[in-house]
Amino acid sequence: MSTVTTDPHAHAEHEHHGPAKGLKRWLYTTNHKDIGTLYLLFSLLMFFIGGAMAMVIRAELFQPGLQIVEPNFFNQMTTVHGLIMVFGAVMPAFTGLANWLIPMMIGAPDMALPRMNNWSFWILPFAFSILLASLFMEGGGPSFGWTFYAPLSTTYSNDSTALFVFSVHIMGISSIMGAINVIVTIMNLRAPGMTYMKMPLFVWTWFITAYLLIAVMPVLAGVVTMVLTDKYFGTSFFDAAGGGDPVLFQHIFWFFGHPEVYIMILPAFGIISSIVPTFARKPLFGYASMVYATSSIALLSFLVWAHHMFTTGMPVAAELFFMYCTMLIAVPTGVKVFNWVATMWRGAMTFEVPMMFSLAFIVLFTIGGFSGLMLAITPADFQYHDTYFVVAHFHYVLVTGAIFSIMAAAYYWLPKWTGHMYDETLGQWHFWCSLISVNVLFFPMHFVGLAGMPRRIPDYALQFADFNALISIGGFAFGLSQLLFVALVVKCIKGGEKATDQVWEGAEGLEWTIPSPAPYHSFTTPPEVK
Amino acid sequence: MSDKYEHYYVPEQSPWPIVGAVALFMIAFGAGNYVNEVTKDQPGYGGYLLLAGIATLIFMLVGWFRNVIDESMNGLYSKQMDRSFRQCMSWFIFSEVMFFAAFFGALFYARIIAIPWLDGAGNNASTAAVLWPAFEAAWPLLKTPGGTETQAMPWQGLPLYNTIILLVSSVTLHFAHTALEQNKRGQLKLMLGLTILLGAGFLYLQVVEYIHAYQDLGLKLDSGVYGNTFFLLTGFHGLHVTLGAVFLLVMFLRIVLKNHFTPHKHFAFQAAAWYWHFVDVVWLCLFVFVYVL
Repeated sequence: MSTVTTDPHAHAEHEHHGPAKGLKRWLYTTNHKDIGTLYLLFSLLMFFIGGAMAMVIRAELFQPGLQIVEPNFFNQMTTVHGLIMVFGAVMPAFTGLANWLIPMMIGAPDMALPRMNNWSFWILPFAFSILLASLFMEGGGPSFGWTFYAPLSTTYSNDSTALFVFSVHIMGISSIMGAINVIVTIMNLRAPGMTYMKMPLFVWTWFITAYLLIAVMPVLAGVVTMVLTDKYFGTSFFDAAGGGDPVLFQHIFWFFGHPEVYIMILPAFGIISSIVPTFARKPLFGYASMVYATSSIALLSFLVWAHHMFTTGMPVAAELFFMYCTMLIAVPTGVKVFNWVATMWRGAMTFEVPMMFSLAFIVLFTIGGFSGLMLAITPADFQYHDTYFVVAHFHYVLVTGAIFSIMAAAYYWLPKWTGHMYDETLGQWHFWCSLISVNVLFFPMHFVGLAGMPRRIPDYALQFADFNALISIGGFAFGLSQLLFVALVVKCIKGGEKATDQVWEGAEGLEWTIPSPAPYHSFTTPPEVK
Repeated sequence: MSDKYEHYYVPEQSPWPIVGAVALFMIAFGAGNYVNEVTKDQPGYGGYLLLAGIATLIFMLVGWFRNVIDESMNGLYSKQMDRSFRQCMSWFIFSEVMFFAAFFGALFYARIIAIPWLDGAGNNASTAAVLWPAFEAAWPLLKTPGGTETQAMPWQGLPLYNTIILLVSSVTLHFAHTALEQNKRGQLKLMLGLTILLGAGFLYLQVVEYIHAYQDLGLKLDSGVYGNTFFLLTGFHGLHVTLGAVFLLVMFLRIVLKNHFTPHKHFAFQAAAWYWHFVDVVWLCLFVFVYVL
């Protein structure tokens, strides 16, 4: 297990060796493809654990009244569902894709700091074990919502808060190291000729996402630390009796939280920008404008945090500032949607599963974006705030946005990863079941929300009963549909039609120039990019 | 094929990351339990687990850095690898800046917004009238709305000495760096040693200051938002000074015992120096915003 080779030339001979055998391969690995696989499998597992919690929530909300779980446990489910899906499912899935794809897309042999890469991954299973274990503590797990507002997380929280805080700390360490690795890889390891403005958009969007991560994850670490000292050591950052302010919590949290939601969507933009041109058989429309749009969205994300807290008490000038900045984000986002549509305009389109998920993304993410615009209008938000309308909005952007893009990416690159084509029929079944059920699940939430049903409450007024039963049915159907995806992935790993190098007729980019499955070490000699 | 990539170094499998992940697990799980045990006076194993985690982390860092140093000394790293390390360190320091920004943000918010509002500023007259009519806004906040009283830490005296000490240490470290670049090993050792001693002196005075705050001024961690921000900002800064001093000490030992670093190849030394200068800049902000203003 020596990593030290005294003779630099002796090392060169090792470069083409395959993976190590057994468990050691995964525990000690420095290979970006292995680590990418680990991230993706971990995120799939977390997707199902977080999904199971959503099923508990929907089972309880199937009927009005309290039938299945205690309110305190219901709160734990909403909290941990959110935390797991954000930090355990969506973010690791994107990091997994970054690990697999960025080195192959820029013609690099691996990530710039491969050992740190391994460390970033292996922190996650431990962090989530702590979080999940805290559910079994006396008094239960975290129950203050994934946004852990003070004083719910300070004065009124249970003993698991400390474990929550420290698990968030180590998740943050993992994310920061992962982000630094992405930035350094992109800045340093691009193949000769791969200038910044030739990079695939997935690389660009991740490059910008990584900056957001480094800028805001430390702020999250800071705010959880303040929660810890407020709860346990008598500080009063968020306690007015000591000169602090609970609203301060929300400012710091959302200074992290708003860039965080773009961390969960920018890589999705990159994925869609890779897939749409392939199946439209046309180059991406407006590449440069995509890059600038992504950068503007990232910059604006630091100026809009208080739109999450219009009702918590701010001067009118601040409300207006944050309202207009928020609406400004619609401009670069509109540029992106326009470009995707323009890419398809008069293209020779085919509709394989990755394209189907991408098309669904474009339509449904845009719906989520529009409901976001409604929420951005301060006076309207006074009505929508903390209702199911908000739940509908962020599930449209995160499930039919982020998750659908991850699904699209999985279908698009699975043949490259495994060397086999996936089962197209099964994939189409998965897509259509997901598409229909996800809309049955989330669309009626708009209506109950506008009618005033509050979020995060285990019971509701009778007039919401019909829609909630429908929502729950959609929820169970969506959850079950995802089992088709697991079956498909297993089948694809085990065998199937051999994939060609290019896999898709219209696919362009360095990752399609190497064999399928991608060899354990690719681009040990950098390609020349013209 | 470009020359740039000729010596690209992909390390082989390494056990250290997983050891590090286990260490962080023990630290997080141990600390999570320890905090509950300490504040409730319960018996438990949290503290031991935390200590074991820290020991494992140190073991991991020693092992991992030994690997990296061996690889570097054996000439396995190219210019490109060097750039990767440099960028990695710079972005790490940037993330630290953002960590401190959160606490400075809390300080500014409390001073500029929260405290005046509690006294009725803006349109908050009824807030003040209903909640704590007797409360008067001031900074430093010597009497909280809840009634906790404290005295302020003056900037003259220990904090001023500490500022001078830290500023001088940045200068000595810069001299050490130039000495290294001009291959004056004697001066390098002297100046680097002096920097570490100044760092230790700073930490010592900080401890004296904390004792003074607790015993004479009644300024404590729980004395309202002035005490919170004071102790968390200076405390996290002190932690960073400690880490920076250990970092520099390792460089010192590498120079004295192993004769490492050449005028052209000394990234680890540079990284330690960047970190030290960063800690210094944070202190200057602290001195201005926590003590003087």
